[in-house]
Amino acid sequence: MKKVLGNKGAISLFVVPALILYSIIVVLPVLWSFYYSFFSGSPGLKWEFSGVKNYIQLLSDKNFRNSLIVNLKYIGIVMIGQVGGGLLMALMFRFWLKRFKNVVRTIVFFPVVLPTVAVGQLFAKIYEIQPNYGLLNSILSAVGLNALVQPWIGQASTALGSLEVMDIWTGIGFHSIILYGALLDIPDDVIEAGRIDGCNGFNLFRHILAPLLRPMIITCMVFSFSGTVKLFESALALTNGGPGNATRSLSMYMYSVAFTYNKVGYGSVIAIFIFLLCITGSRIINLFDKKESYY
Amino acid sequence: MTDKVKQNISGILIKVVILIICLVDIYPIFWMITASLKEQYEWSAFPAFALPHGLYFQNYIDAWTRGHMSTFFRNSLVYTMVSLIFIVFFSVTVGFAVTKMQWKFKKAVADYFQLGIMVPVATALIPLFQIYNKAGLYNTGWSLIISYVAFGLSLSIYLVTGYLRSFPDEIMEAAVIDGCGIYKLMYYVVLPLMKNAIVTVLVLQFFFKWNDLLFSMTFVSNTSLKTVQTGLMYFSDEFGSKNWGAIFASVSMSILPMLILYTVLNKTIIEGMTAGAVKG
Repeated sequence: MKKVLGNKGAISLFVVPALILYSIIVVLPVLWSFYYSFFSGSPGLKWEFSGVKNYIQLLSDKNFRNSLIVNLKYIGIVMIGQVGGGLLMALMFRFWLKRFKNVVRTIVFFPVVLPTVAVGQLFAKIYEIQPNYGLLNSILSAVGLNALVQPWIGQASTALGSLEVMDIWTGIGFHSIILYGALLDIPDDVIEAGRIDGCNGFNLFRHILAPLLRPMIITCMVFSFSGTVKLFESALALTNGGPGNATRSLSMYMYSVAFTYNKVGYGSVIAIFIFLLCITGSRIINLFDKKESYY
Repeated sequence: MTDKVKQNISGILIKVVILIICLVDIYPIFWMITASLKEQYEWSAFPAFALPHGLYFQNYIDAWTRGHMSTFFRNSLVYTMVSLIFIVFFSVTVGFAVTKMQWKFKKAVADYFQLGIMVPVATALIPLFQIYNKAGLYNTGWSLIISYVAFGLSLSIYLVTGYLRSFPDEIMEAAVIDGCGIYKLMYYVVLPLMKNAIVTVLVLQFFFKWNDLLFSMTFVSNTSLKTVQTGLMYFSDEFGSKNWGAIFASVSMSILPMLILYTVLNKTIIEGMTAGAVKG
């Protein structure tokens, strides 16, 4: 047994190819980005060491600040929508859904499997106002709410909101199904015992369900966070960052700096920032998990 | 009594809410598919939510030929399938080596692979572009396949190791006593028993790879190499933003594989896609 499982040749054959690939394509570029962030210009073109100049520039860059604010707003709203909304849906399914459980599960999860670009193109047409009203505006005008007909993604005031609605629509099913599963794992007697002790409605949730669901809610939040922090595809497909830069995320700003304006060094600083934001954010969310275990 | 009535009413109200949620999830897709069969004049003559008056399949023909959807589909399919084969192969072998085999650095290697789960694609994008450019892989399908495989490893290995931890050692012992070497053991004993884990990895990675936009728009610019997602992005340039029929036809076409897969395998897909979260 030991001889078979300690076979050095087999181990290297199993591990080394994947290890090399992963190191070159995933790990090395991250370190490389860090290295690039100390240079200005782009390789082969005015490429020179500039120390922390890029980092200082980042602090006073209005476009960067704008993307950061857009991205943070988006993270906040979409996380609340996906996880909070998903939780509400899960609770409804758990306590009021007696029949058609599987049908509802299948339907609710469905938007999750759709390609982001397809969803973006679909919603672009839902929000459309020119040359014809899209789905939303045509329904609004049909029910007499003409005052609400507006270029949803064509004006800065509603573009980000429209994007957030779209991504909540796509993601909420994922979280509600996960939380629904977790709720079904809580035995009926636990809930029954709580009821007998006088817990009902909100109290039942607060004192019995919430603590039991806590690990799962935190997992959902980490998932939602790491998905939203990377905001790129959906914004690109729906609004292309516009109008102006009302929906331009950090990743999109990085992309345009590095690939459109060819400032590779400066783009790398933004890339590193995204990386750190992603790691720190998840860490912070995970902290809430640990606290509970000391009680 | 009144409490009971109250509860009934709220129960019915919530059922209505659930019904509305289901409608909101389904209706946009239904609308898009029906809208893809509309003729151009129907858009200006009737409200957007109206049903099509006939089945105008010309939209699909336009999308398939003039919109190059046939090429995009073939490319996406090839890139995705080839990547999936490598991802499954690597995740099973690495996963097995870091859980069941006996060597010094297995814990460290497992942790090292796990690091990649959190790496945002955007962070690696700029250097990757330089690497592919230097290596002559820019504008080839290989740049995409290599990236897909490498970025699929961390999560897949993580899922496989989670599964293998509860894999009984006795079965392997019996096989070894019967004279199985390591490769025979992998192929005849471990692999067949890992069917569930492999299906999970396949489902999850299929959706990730099929949906990729960032890599394919960065590393490939040739129309003949583009994927469905990049193709869709620039569809309105090709047809003009007024030709809604063709745009809807191409978007409907792009979700068709998902729709079919999901109708047949919805349980497996839901389990596969939520596995990362549930096990994590």
